[in-house]
Amino acid sequence: MEAFAKEIGIPEEEYREIQKRLGREPNRVELFLFKVMWSEHCAYKNSRPLLKELPKEGEAVLQGPGENAGVVRLGEGWAVAFKIESHNHPSAVEPFQGAATGVGGILRDIMSMGARPIALLDSLRFGPPEEARSRYLLKGVVSGIAHYGNAIGVPTVGGDLYFHEGYRENPLVNAMCLGLLKEEHLRRSRASLGRPVYYAGAKTGRDGIGGAAFASRELAEDKEEDRPAVQVGDPFLGKLLMEATLEAIERDLVEGVQDMGAAGLTSSLSELAHKSGLGVELHLDQVPTREAGMGPIELLLSESQERMVLVPKEGKEKELEAVFQRWGLDCVPVAKTIPERVFRVLFGGEVVAEVPTEALAEAPTYVRLAQEDPEIRRLRETPLPPLEADPKEVLPRLLASPNLASREAVYERYDHQVGTRTALVPGKGDAAVLWVKGTNLGIAAKVDHNPRYSRLHPRLGAMHALAEACRNVSVVGGRPLAYTDGLNLGSPETPEGYFELQETIAGLREASEALGVPVVSGNVSLYNESGGRRIPPTAMVGVVGVLDIRKRAEMGFRRPGEAIVLIGEEAGELGGSEVLYLLTGQELGHPPRLDLLRERQVQEAIRELIALGLTQTAHDLAEGGLLVALAEMTFPYGLGGTVEVRDAGLATLFGEGASRVLFTVPKASLQEAALRLEERGLPYRVLGETGGETLTVLTPKGVLEWEVRQLLAAWQRPLREVLDG
Amino acid sequence: MKWAIVRFPGSNCDEDTRFALTKAGLRAEYVWHTETSLKGFDGVFLPGGFSYGDYLRAGALAAKSPVMAEVARFAREGRPVIGVCNGFQVLTEAGLLPGALLANLNLHFTCKEVGVRVERTDLPFTRLYQKGQVLRLPIAHAEGRYYADPETLERLEGEGQVVFRYAPLRGEGDYNPNGSLNDIAGIVNEKGNVLGMMPHPERAVDEVLGGTDGLPLFLGLVEEVAR
Repeated sequence: MEAFAKEIGIPEEEYREIQKRLGREPNRVELFLFKVMWSEHCAYKNSRPLLKELPKEGEAVLQGPGENAGVVRLGEGWAVAFKIESHNHPSAVEPFQGAATGVGGILRDIMSMGARPIALLDSLRFGPPEEARSRYLLKGVVSGIAHYGNAIGVPTVGGDLYFHEGYRENPLVNAMCLGLLKEEHLRRSRASLGRPVYYAGAKTGRDGIGGAAFASRELAEDKEEDRPAVQVGDPFLGKLLMEATLEAIERDLVEGVQDMGAAGLTSSLSELAHKSGLGVELHLDQVPTREAGMGPIELLLSESQERMVLVPKEGKEKELEAVFQRWGLDCVPVAKTIPERVFRVLFGGEVVAEVPTEALAEAPTYVRLAQEDPEIRRLRETPLPPLEADPKEVLPRLLASPNLASREAVYERYDHQVGTRTALVPGKGDAAVLWVKGTNLGIAAKVDHNPRYSRLHPRLGAMHALAEACRNVSVVGGRPLAYTDGLNLGSPETPEGYFELQETIAGLREASEALGVPVVSGNVSLYNESGGRRIPPTAMVGVVGVLDIRKRAEMGFRRPGEAIVLIGEEAGELGGSEVLYLLTGQELGHPPRLDLLRERQVQEAIRELIALGLTQTAHDLAEGGLLVALAEMTFPYGLGGTVEVRDAGLATLFGEGASRVLFTVPKASLQEAALRLEERGLPYRVLGETGGETLTVLTPKGVLEWEVRQLLAAWQRPLREVLDG
Repeated sequence: MKWAIVRFPGSNCDEDTRFALTKAGLRAEYVWHTETSLKGFDGVFLPGGFSYGDYLRAGALAAKSPVMAEVARFAREGRPVIGVCNGFQVLTEAGLLPGALLANLNLHFTCKEVGVRVERTDLPFTRLYQKGQVLRLPIAHAEGRYYADPETLERLEGEGQVVFRYAPLRGEGDYNPNGSLNDIAGIVNEKGNVLGMMPHPERAVDEVLGGTDGLPLFLGLVEEVAR
């Protein structure tokens, strides 16, 4: 058996540990249970000791990490469940289905909490867009997200998309979902003793089993070959399952809900039992199957989509079955909870596996040697080359560069309004805003991360990611409540990879503490590397905030003659910037410094100005700096502006830096707005005013002027060519 | 006036439709697609979505649902029937409106705001608009390219059955989002009681949602009863 363990990729020390925990030799089925449950994906073996350092408490938190999703309180009895999850490896193999099932999976996580999914955001990373493979992956992923999200009727309201050499071999596809619920409908993965456990939804097939390479050898013995390694999603079934599940929760028919995701029946049932402090006895013969002759390992490991686990309340079994029958779905008892804390599996009348639930759930954890990659350090400490360029030329080129160009060609393919809750559609604001109908509550959401900053300085990059996502939520008027983190990194088994993991989490912790925003859910995807090339450490941070829907800001100039005001420093920095990359093709230097106290003050200030009704137009300064931000503000309504800057250097015009926000204010209210900023001791400057059809910048070295129309065309074209080409 | 909103498996604009009807002061109830009677209802609304997952063809399977016999009766009896987006596709598949909705010329799902010109205002659906008024309405579909053979098209135009047409919002030339013949966005049957349209009026009924140009369509249904 030890040789077999080695063959399926269980390290020797883990095999010894399994023997110790069982007090005997495991059989083959049991070995597979450990194999999947102790995988990094399910067990967080390398990240758990680090993640426990993150702040998780907050006044709004109803449910922190450890459940299917985190939940925060909005007010008036309403709450939001949210989580981000990766589907990187499947998307690299089969971008359409990989992305589609990624969306399906996160939707089921949200439903499991008793919440109706109301919004999706996607965080995507690809290699350079001029390469054929990147374009193929991008098109496939976007189509897959559209296929699933549009059909199931959950709007895709935002996200972020970066192109970077570091993702050439390892694209990233993370999907975030928000669900709305009444606090009393909150459900968890729990069951009481002696309850039947129901399997609901699609039938189990052989898809997804080969998704983990370990299973292939075992499966080959059944002489079945060419099994799809990637699961196949069906949004139509997903929609039926969603409606049936939510109906069962609304009618108070179930005490516990758990989605069946990675590692299928094994993970969902053993975790349900473990969290409930119980055991579970699973009868595989009762599992609805799509094809005959499936063996116990296949049934246990299948990752067929659109399946849920439900525990009915006592006496509600028949009603639950009737609900699912009406939606045309299977809903059958396959297991029951038992007092012995074991995961017991029966097949053909025989016990084929019996393992303590704790042994499966509590995988060994690792703390490893960490050391910074000297090459990264060298890049960070390299002095920047002198930059010479005509700003008149630079702005349209920057706007057309892959990471700054308009995302319209992508989000136009997603239904971003179904549900009639979307108050701020993509392209209109820095964060999406959703309306809780029947109230004045709004929900702001944004996911963000800059790969250049994180590559050059993992800790600072993670801090920037959280700070910027919070800033984006603040500039639409939202008060950040909590975040979800999608951590995507290379192998933790190299000192360099582990260092990046450790530093990324340390950065999140620091920013989280300083900004007062806790983490409530997340996902870890490690081993994103090929041929020794790791992806840049990628902490996709999804922040959710709350606002008064009547007091919200968009990013576009709307009325001529309003003052344009900058909060924060006028000059930015060039280390790790987009303009540096555009002009030199290099990514080096120290990313912008981040003063978290200042950051918090700036965010509070802009939220106050919006709440007081002093401004309805605000935008943060991000990649591309001041001029790119100003150009972006002219695009939504085609209204220009004139500003004066005190320095004509590239660092002022295009340099990047945190804690900076632009807003407009009617001149009659300018004094009051200024007073508010002075009271907070924040630097600010009135740059100019809105109006006209050009973006005009007066500098000490002369006047720069662009037609808004021309900048808009330069900004819109590139990604449309990639997607439509 | 009480409206039935038909729910097919895969409908997903059902709640949005109820939101809009209710906002206009109308009563609305969901009706499951297997129902065989619409007794007690005054109008029927087929909402958008992906009925039956768009399997076979958008709207093709829903058109065979049990409830559709009653919808056909409503159409015959001159009661109001509205189909939006997938609902429009269902109405053409059921033969209650002429023509078909083919794949957009760009071959992908497109969600954005478009200009929609009101071509006639003598219908309950449009009585509160001005003739020639250009509405800002969202579209969200992959198969919205209206097609009919030349004779049918001529008849539609001759009888004034084209109710809504895509039109420029700011003078743009590429205002037709899907390649619909004659820029057709919505039509009625000969009697004028069955309306099918691809744009989503129910998504434009509140300032919070970015526009209210869809609201008069629903308010017009209220006035119908008052008359």
